[in-house]
Amino acid sequence: MEIKVLGPGCPKCHQTEKVVKEAVAESGVDAKIDKVTNILEIGEYGVFGTPAVVVDGEVKSVGKIPTKAEVLKWIQK
Amino acid sequence: MTQECCTPGGNLMILTCSGGSNVGQLSNQAAVELTREGFGKMFCLAGIGGRLKGFVQSAKDVPRMVVVDGCSLACAKACLDQAQVPVKNYVVLTDLGIEKNKDFDLKREEIDRVKQAVKAACATSDG
Repeated sequence: MEIKVLGPGCPKCHQTEKVVKEAVAESGVDAKIDKVTNILEIGEYGVFGTPAVVVDGEVKSVGKIPTKAEVLKWIQK
Repeated sequence: MTQECCTPGGNLMILTCSGGSNVGQLSNQAAVELTREGFGKMFCLAGIGGRLKGFVQSAKDVPRMVVVDGCSLACAKACLDQAQVPVKNYVVLTDLGIEKNKDFDLKREEIDRVKQAVKAACATSDG
């Protein structure tokens, strides 16, 4: 599984990355987590704002910090 | 790294039909000007109509939104309805007394009237 956290580096983006990492650790799912900070690359996902979370190419949340429960739901399919 | 948030919580998404008539183009021009003035941020309705996941999810997650249709055909609203995105604030330009035609020489007074209507629609709700 590939998870991308989109965001140029604000506190909300860092918090989102932390929540995602915690959820992955808790679930035991084998996932690669990438932080995408390049604005042009972020733009390719068509998101209105950041932070945003992409799981296996699918945008799951935009402009907010997801809860750990939400992330667990996305990754435990 | 900046300490500012990437997306301020109050950021307003502006979606317009931008259609092929004076009222469609008035919706577009008003959104462009409101974006330049910092009132909100214009976003791509076509991306939502095309069901591009990033666009649809953005519209679902955004806390504040205004949708502007040129006429009662309500194409912008239909795009959102079909993508199952809840419409929050909504403005139809023909309801403002602007007659729909094919004159693309947009009138300053009408652009300003649309901008005022959008601001008024957003002022009366939290979304």
